[in-house]
Amino acid sequence: MAAIELRSATKKFATADGGTYTALKDISLTVEDGEFCAVVGPTGCGKSTTLTLVSGLERASAGAVLVRGEPVTGIDTSTGFVFQQDAVFPWRSVLDNVAAGPTYRGARRSEAHALARDWLRRVGLTGFEDRYPHQLSGGMRKRVALAQTLINQPRVLLMDEPFSALDVQTRAIMSTELLHLWDETKPAVIFVTHDLEEAIALADKVVVLTAGPGTVKAEFRIDLPRPRVVQEIRFDPRFTRLYEQIWEALRSEVQEAYDRTTRVTQVAS
Amino acid sequence: MKDSTAGGLVQDSPTDPAPTDATPTVLTRPGDAKPARSRVRPGALLHRSWVLFLLRTGIVVVLLGAWQIGVDTKAIDKFFWGEPVGVWQQLVDWVTIGTSQGSLLDQILVTLEEAVLGFVIGSVLGIVCGIALGRIRLLSELFGPFLKAANSIPRIILGSIFTVAFGFGVQSKIILAVVLVFFGVFFNAFQGTREVDRNLIANAQLLGASRWRVTRDVVLPSAFTWILASLHISFGFALIGALVGEILGANQGLGLLIRSSQNNFTMDGVLAGMVLVAVIALTAEALITVLENRLLRWRPPQSHGGAAVK
Repeated sequence: MAAIELRSATKKFATADGGTYTALKDISLTVEDGEFCAVVGPTGCGKSTTLTLVSGLERASAGAVLVRGEPVTGIDTSTGFVFQQDAVFPWRSVLDNVAAGPTYRGARRSEAHALARDWLRRVGLTGFEDRYPHQLSGGMRKRVALAQTLINQPRVLLMDEPFSALDVQTRAIMSTELLHLWDETKPAVIFVTHDLEEAIALADKVVVLTAGPGTVKAEFRIDLPRPRVVQEIRFDPRFTRLYEQIWEALRSEVQEAYDRTTRVTQVAS
Repeated sequence: MKDSTAGGLVQDSPTDPAPTDATPTVLTRPGDAKPARSRVRPGALLHRSWVLFLLRTGIVVVLLGAWQIGVDTKAIDKFFWGEPVGVWQQLVDWVTIGTSQGSLLDQILVTLEEAVLGFVIGSVLGIVCGIALGRIRLLSELFGPFLKAANSIPRIILGSIFTVAFGFGVQSKIILAVVLVFFGVFFNAFQGTREVDRNLIANAQLLGASRWRVTRDVVLPSAFTWILASLHISFGFALIGALVGEILGANQGLGLLIRSSQNNFTMDGVLAGMVLVAVIALTAEALITVLENRLLRWRPPQSHGGAAVK
């Protein structure tokens, strides 16, 4: 039984002018338990929409979305979600942010705090328990978000360009740390990114989506050995070969998406 | 992000046409009342604040001096406009001898009791209703039009009815203050609830929060920046409610003191009452700012803007 399964899922949104906008069209995708799947595609191809369907934040307009064999009917709290923008609670201290999940799930305050301290240690934030998020750097806030999500030990972990706001070096370090953390509990992961290097460095499988409406264009298995160090893996000749192959599939979609935006701009101007 | 489909209660309320209202509901943006922070070294800052203090004192002295000289040279008629020396004398008399209605402290306490109770009750009602209507779409669709209509009524007139219905005691003043405070807080709480970051709500839900926990742990703290901004002006409204209520008919209070001074053509008394009310309002404003800083500790220091007047 696959951890995540999308069967020809389609998602349409109503637009402001009364029409419909198709974000995803007949997308089929399977992620096994313990598998790290990266989804890449051009801007606006519905990568993030895929995650909202799996998490239950949105319902599919057609097709089926299953998590561990069960159809998704609403927000599933056994799913973890790391957002692109900051979604940590700015009015809670770091410790209370991380302890939020267990508290919401009925743990006593002392238990939740003990667990939160343990997770802060794992993400290297011991000593920052009493800070507020605005007092932390972008990378540290991301670590808080990771700890906040992972403390619930999700079997399915969804990540929506989680490191896109970070600078290049911090990003590589965070990616390596993410792999360590993932290795401890091995949830099934869908990691959405527009950065192909990041996708290959992290994933077991890279899925390329077409320019919107998104559907799966190609899937690539990444057989690079683990454990990986993200900062160094790009020097592996196999990495370069995979990059070329996948880029070949991605290039035309990126071009297509780019052409569309410039076309719209021309019309607008 | 404005949601134009749900309720349609608030989209146009910042420009809500309520010209007939003696106390129009102002939608206050969070952060309006935050003092501007500057990045000058502390020594220079201290020096600057002293200079500012002296200049401000100078302005007050010049204005009051000009007034007094105007009265002494008969350019200003003190029968209509009073005089600074007379106002001061009136205050001293009230403190040392007492007023025609009893001790001055009693009058202040009565007005304060009415204003504070009206403020607290009105704010709590406003927050509860604002968040409830912001969170529950059916409620906002159902009651939205009524609240908008009620907001456009000149509510101060209700004071006449309350005085007749609830008598000359504190009750009628408290109710008038509640009515004046409620709408300002309500619209801010409602708007604050609607402006909550969708990602934060989604995150809380995915972490396992129930609907009630989302309201308590995400919506309330998030809307509080809006609510606190409205509390600054709301205490002023509560004070207006208490004073107008007393002027319309009361046994005690600063409003009555002002009213009887007017009846005796003692303009110095009216002005002295105004001074006392101003002191109360400024003190309350300072306390609310303390409360705001305490509750919004988590907010990053704002690098820009703020009110020009501290």
